[in-house]
Amino acid sequence: MMKYNIVDGLMYTKKHEWSRQEGSSAVVGLSDYAQDKLGEIVFVELPDVGAEVEAGQGAAVIESVKAVADLYAPLDGSVIEINEELLDQPELINTDPYGAGWVFKIEIKDESQLGLLMDDKAYAIFVVEEEEEN
Amino acid sequence: MLKLTTEGKKTPFYDKHVALEGKIVDYSGWLLPVQYQKGLVEEVHDTRRRAAIFDVSHMGEVSVKGGDAEEFLQKIIANDIYGLKDNAVIYSPVCYPDGGVVDDILIYRINREKFFLVVNAANTDKDFSWFQKNVFGDVRLENLSSEYAQIALQGPNSEKILQELTEEPLQQMKNYHFLPEVLVAAVKCIVSRTGYTGEDGFEIYCNNNDSSALWNAVWSAGQKHELNPAGLGARDVLRLEAAMPLYGHELSREITPLQAGLDRFVALDKKVVFNGQEALRKQKEEGISRRLFGLEMLERGVPREGYPVKAGEQEIGWVSSGSYSPTLDKFIAMGFLDPEVVNNNTEVSVMIRNRSYRARITKLPFYRRKK
Repeated sequence: MMKYNIVDGLMYTKKHEWSRQEGSSAVVGLSDYAQDKLGEIVFVELPDVGAEVEAGQGAAVIESVKAVADLYAPLDGSVIEINEELLDQPELINTDPYGAGWVFKIEIKDESQLGLLMDDKAYAIFVVEEEEEN
Repeated sequence: MLKLTTEGKKTPFYDKHVALEGKIVDYSGWLLPVQYQKGLVEEVHDTRRRAAIFDVSHMGEVSVKGGDAEEFLQKIIANDIYGLKDNAVIYSPVCYPDGGVVDDILIYRINREKFFLVVNAANTDKDFSWFQKNVFGDVRLENLSSEYAQIALQGPNSEKILQELTEEPLQQMKNYHFLPEVLVAAVKCIVSRTGYTGEDGFEIYCNNNDSSALWNAVWSAGQKHELNPAGLGARDVLRLEAAMPLYGHELSREITPLQAGLDRFVALDKKVVFNGQEALRKQKEEGISRRLFGLEMLERGVPREGYPVKAGEQEIGWVSSGSYSPTLDKFIAMGFLDPEVVNNNTEVSVMIRNRSYRARITKLPFYRRKK
């Protein structure tokens, strides 16, 4: 039984970010599995609008009471929107990781990178494997 | 991300943590729950408002017996146990001759020739070697750490819970006092009114073999008093809110108890010369360039261990412990800062990932329970 919510239609990274394509842009957030592992999120450091982000590089910082985690950009792109709600309510990532807890939105630079991400089925298997390793 | 692991030693309560779906981590070689299902923030609230049960079996226990036991302890600890009564507990740093800290410990006086010491898990072996190195005369030391399990029952409902399991009138047990032989649910225990949370509560020690019976009894007696389990994460935040030092953060080989603001636990005028006395007297006279202060963030940001603290452009020290405080709903820290600069600046900044976040100096502790 999978105890974590994994939504279909999203693409996932091995670092547990998700990406939802909307035309030429993509919304980015942290998966349910990642928010559960981190615990209660108390602080989010967002990129600036206009910042260039690179796939696999740190683009935001998510902090729980006990831990600091980088959120890596799933794709190359430039930031066109950030979720400012998170500055006052970082716990939205815990309560609604795929909805109100979205982190930022980018203009996609290279659509071919989407093919390197996992769909929900591949990611579900990846999470199970990661759980077994630990 | 938190790394879960399956190496390390298990306490006698390991299976209880797994059954309660605790998130197990390796804490100085011990497999212990960092939090349970409700999460750290709720576990802090549970402890402050109701009651929480913590497994603290990783703590070390050392027995000190013999005609010279008291004299021996006077020489190795910075506090003064002269006049300490039977069944009383005292906190003290243990120092090296240069004033650096071996460990901070609790001393339980059973009688003049019999003491029970509780030491930090990660320091147990180091402490025991240090005690052996300093021993003299009629003193018998015994490392009992592997024999004892320990439960901390903390929070305002603790007395009601424990009273259901023992005939001893707990209302009469004062803070920092203990009984060396108490039957708790028919299990022979040491019970002290102590803790590491800033709340009322008890620490209960029993033999490993009886530990499961003890846990089950406390757990079921606690059900009608809203008892919940709490992990190491909550424990660390609770002690930070209460401004209690943690070895390796506020005390270390390099940090003296005077720097950590523990002056009232350092008996500089003690008649018996103790390890570190001369060095600490000298430090007191000459002044201290880095001393422990409380910090409260004025902007949202999590101050964490090792982050630099600045006044203007000048670096004036570092954060030793920091966290979000669920009780105060603020971001708080303790840090070692230049006292001269602090006296002239109540506003400073904490450097978080090379960005400056405003903070102010505050009085310690951050939280004090109403009595």
